[in-house]
Amino acid sequence: MISVLTGFVSELRQVGIPVSMVEAIDAAAAVEHIPLADRTALRHGLAACLVKNAHHLEAFDAAFDVFFAHQPPLDEVTAEAPSEVGDGGGAGTGTGEADVEQIIAGLVGALSAPDYEALQALARQVVGSLAGIQPGRPVGGRYYLYRVLSRLGADALPARLMANHPGVEGLERTLLADEYRARLNRFEAMIEDEIRRRLVADRGREAVAKTTRRQLLEDVDLAHAPRAEIARMERIIQPLARKLAARLAHRRRHLRKGRLDIRRTVRHSLSTGGLLADPQFKAPRIAKPDIVLLCDISGSVATFAHFTMQFMYALSAQFSRVRAFAFVDGVDEVTGYFAPGVDFHDAIGRISREARVVDFDGHSDYGNVLERFAERYPDAITPRTTVIVTGDGRNNYRPARGEVLAHMAREARAVYWLNPEPVRFWDTGDSVMREYVPSCDGAFEVRTLRQLEVFVEELAMAAATHSTAVKV
Amino acid sequence: MTGFSSPGEVADALKSVDYLPDDRISQVVFLAERLDKPVLVEGPAGVGKTELAKALAQIHGRRLIRLQCYEGLDESKALYEWNYRKQLLRLQADEGADWAEVEDDIFSESFLLERPLLEALRSPEPVVLLIDEVDRVEIETEALLLEVLADFQASIPELGTVQAVTRPLVVLTSNNTRDLSDALKRRCLFLHIGYPEADREREILLTRVPELPEQLASQIAGVVRHIRDQPIRKAPSVSESIDWARTLLALGIEEVDEGVTTETLHVLLKYQADIDKVAAELGT
Repeated sequence: MISVLTGFVSELRQVGIPVSMVEAIDAAAAVEHIPLADRTALRHGLAACLVKNAHHLEAFDAAFDVFFAHQPPLDEVTAEAPSEVGDGGGAGTGTGEADVEQIIAGLVGALSAPDYEALQALARQVVGSLAGIQPGRPVGGRYYLYRVLSRLGADALPARLMANHPGVEGLERTLLADEYRARLNRFEAMIEDEIRRRLVADRGREAVAKTTRRQLLEDVDLAHAPRAEIARMERIIQPLARKLAARLAHRRRHLRKGRLDIRRTVRHSLSTGGLLADPQFKAPRIAKPDIVLLCDISGSVATFAHFTMQFMYALSAQFSRVRAFAFVDGVDEVTGYFAPGVDFHDAIGRISREARVVDFDGHSDYGNVLERFAERYPDAITPRTTVIVTGDGRNNYRPARGEVLAHMAREARAVYWLNPEPVRFWDTGDSVMREYVPSCDGAFEVRTLRQLEVFVEELAMAAATHSTAVKV
Repeated sequence: MTGFSSPGEVADALKSVDYLPDDRISQVVFLAERLDKPVLVEGPAGVGKTELAKALAQIHGRRLIRLQCYEGLDESKALYEWNYRKQLLRLQADEGADWAEVEDDIFSESFLLERPLLEALRSPEPVVLLIDEVDRVEIETEALLLEVLADFQASIPELGTVQAVTRPLVVLTSNNTRDLSDALKRRCLFLHIGYPEADREREILLTRVPELPEQLASQIAGVVRHIRDQPIRKAPSVSESIDWARTLLALGIEEVDEGVTTETLHVLLKYQADIDKVAAELGT
């Protein structure tokens, strides 16, 4: 068991989940109290010891499923062996259409009941007969899952299940559809489990773990992230914005003590017989952080823009003095679209319809944008303002006008640039980062949430040093 | 410890005090008691994190000591404080006495004000210590908790180290508004409580609102699940679905349909934008 556990811990570290020595030891101690045959108990027990961040649970589960896959009962292995000779083709894998139809009928019955034991048996059956698993082939389980699902015509299943309830209408129908979807998801998980079990039996844990590894959300490349991942990120961005807010507010409080409040000190001294034993202080005046965001929303950074807008949205919920501007080759203020209570997706929709961010042809033109910004919003930047520009700095070979940014930098407290491209691509092709970087207090490569977090820390530190320098 | 022999027993005990745990909850609670480790419970607001600590206190027949965290919480509010006023009065009363004697005197038990952490450590009966919303304290203040959590002891300069008389069962809760320090997390078992599955939510509703008809409970659980799947800002939590169940009961409603749902959405959702969105979605 210990050797499996060591392997498992090192797999978690491979994925990027930080597991300390102490936590690994805890896990080993926990295992003593868990019956090893009980997979659910083992999963929850190990997760409690090894994973301390809810966003890492999914990656943990993926690794756990591989390392602690069900062991097949002996009789079943021999019984199923012949049916696994798949021909590898797309259509036929040794099971005729009539058989498939029979399986589907059984499936519909089991899903309607719902009979989870029957579903479990069906999952085994369909993986055996429809997945066409080829021994030794280094693919993850998803491939076989899709194969099974398409053979079963899984897309048509919800409609088929709903057809059994012709009289059900309206809300009730919606809820019923939800319920079927939940059951189908559970069935899918069973199939996945079964496939994984077979893969592990075939190729061994380590090899399968490598192909099924789940990337942690904070390491996903923002520029190429699929929509679903971006949606999940929303949930991480909020705490991050709050963290930034907390860091800024907290630093201020810590570093500036309020002045002695003589009136209250004297009043308090009454209870100690006139001794001034308990000095009272006035609450420090809180300087509100003042942030201006300039966000490139052109097509070349579309995914990244979606993400920075989210960050912007989260920030504006935290700070009252955030002004947000979007640009392509023109620039427009979008602060109003992020008013409190406004839904993020509505805001994005309205910005893309209404904001006037295109002056010419819809290709990024940072030079024009900076100039227009300085011209139209001269009051936006004060010595207390932190300016954050997000964009790839690809200017389509137009004038960069670095001096405008330099001027802004002199006016503002600080200017930061967040670029979704790896540093090694800066200044290649039409990227004009070299014109801007010297004016910035910091230019950061922000391709992942992890890197964004580094930036947030940096900003908080900078705010701290500034607030000591500027006395009220 | 009363010593449960399996997570199943934990689950039964929790159920007996009207807390419905899932597998994960009972497993982690079981391990925490076996390994003598604090549990860090994290999850969205209103899924029963604080309730879990209360239920644990109840099943063990222990007193619950609660430390509510907030920004600016410090040692004198969490651990102990000297009763300055009383000390001063003592000094004034003792004028002319030998200093060494007085010093020993005023830094003794009777001038010590116990705060929740110290109270939990020194309690002669074992207690359940709930450190609520630990993510609200500053990261520096977390350090204060580490000694208590890891070694069940606290150091007071004038008195020395206070060892726990009995091992408290420690539950920390966090809404994850910020990342907790690694040092703190390392010392705890981690328990994430998310929104329950529809079946469990239905059971929770029936337990919490006993007069609720089963049919209505299923519908409520279904609707709440549906709403949670929508892209909204603040998804309804268990506490909100319980509120909704009570509202529907009070209104004498026996069956949920689009109209009823739309009219009472404000119980489930806290943002007008969310209400509008869900109402529009249900309307189709």
